[in-house]
Amino acid sequence: MNINLTLIGQTITFAIFVWFCMKFIWPPIVLALETRRKQVADGLAAGDRGRHELELAAKYATKSLREAKMKAAEIIAQSEKRSAQIIDEARNAAKVEGEHMLAVARAELEQDVFRAREQLRDHVAALVVAGAEKVLRREVDAGAHADLLEAIKNEL
Amino acid sequence: MSAEAHTSTEYIKHHLEHLTYGQMPDGTWAIAQNAEQAREMGFMSVNLDTMVFSIVLGVLFLYLFHLVAKRATASVPGSMQNFVEWVVEFVDNSVRGSFTGRNPMVAPLALTLFAWIFLMNAMDLLPVDWLPGLAVAMGIPFMKVVPTTDPNATFGMSIGVFLMVLYYSIKIKGIGGFVGELTLQPFGKWGMPANLLLEGVNLIAKPVSLALRLFGNMYAGEMIFILIAIMFSGGAVLALTGGVLQWAWAVFHILIITLQAFIFMILTIVYLDMAHQEHH
Repeated sequence: MNINLTLIGQTITFAIFVWFCMKFIWPPIVLALETRRKQVADGLAAGDRGRHELELAAKYATKSLREAKMKAAEIIAQSEKRSAQIIDEARNAAKVEGEHMLAVARAELEQDVFRAREQLRDHVAALVVAGAEKVLRREVDAGAHADLLEAIKNEL
Repeated sequence: MSAEAHTSTEYIKHHLEHLTYGQMPDGTWAIAQNAEQAREMGFMSVNLDTMVFSIVLGVLFLYLFHLVAKRATASVPGSMQNFVEWVVEFVDNSVRGSFTGRNPMVAPLALTLFAWIFLMNAMDLLPVDWLPGLAVAMGIPFMKVVPTTDPNATFGMSIGVFLMVLYYSIKIKGIGGFVGELTLQPFGKWGMPANLLLEGVNLIAKPVSLALRLFGNMYAGEMIFILIAIMFSGGAVLALTGGVLQWAWAVFHILIITLQAFIFMILTIVYLDMAHQEHH
């Protein structure tokens, strides 16, 4: 229980301990704590920012989706119109083409009829001449009576 | 009966005696073998047990915390770092709550005080005969294991704190300001002697109360442990009662050792805060 040199020894020991603690222990630990606090705060802020951005993105996505739907509907309507138009055009073109082909066929037919008629006429003329030959029982000069035969052929 | 009382007294006295190293009456330096020799050594002697235990415990604290501080990481902390951070944050919050000035020294000082005093007080929880008994078996006459039951240790710390209070009072307020604080209040300049007396007592009371509070609490607690330990030699019933009492007192003492360390720390912070305040 005596007060003695221990008092001074304890004071010096105390001073050294405080110095050591202040120099080598307190700063790194507090730095680590501060850094972690900052990291956590940054992380939370980043989370908030991310959530906000997600909201914006969702809004933007909804908007784009609506626009895309509208555009698609427009495109479908246009294409329907266009297809109807194309069908109409094709129908008209087909009609024109058909009429044209019909006209050509008709012309060919007429030509054929004409040609057939010509041949028939030739045949009939030949038959008439042969018949006339037989009737007259004499030879008719086809060359001399060509004019006559031609006139008869035209009348047929 | 008288013999038993005598041995009880001797038992208690033995437990309260420090291992003192100093100059013997014949001029040689040696360890005092009894209380009388220790008393005769006077001021020029050292309590070896107090010094050794306090330094070992202080170094233990610094070593453990330094181990963590070296590898302190801001990412996920290990369990040891977690514990150290918990203590550091507790001290840091106490300092933030009580200390309004700016001084990077106060928080490490508070941490050192808290941890060191806590460890020194915690020696009280060891059964009172273990280490002294071991020492006697090794031929060492005395061994007091709780440094804070030595007023040298508590006054040693409180004087350290007091010197810092004086230093920062003069540094922050200037010599004039500090002297003015001591002499010009509370009664104005015409009541200077009364002011000086009141403020002087106020100033001196800080380290004295700081040291005596811790010493008194720990000394009394140690004394009760010693008294309980006497019961162990009084037969089976007393020994059993003593065992229960010792357990109960030890549990209660866990609160006291923590509380005393905390009070010492908080009051140190408050005193230093007062030293940093320019206007009263």
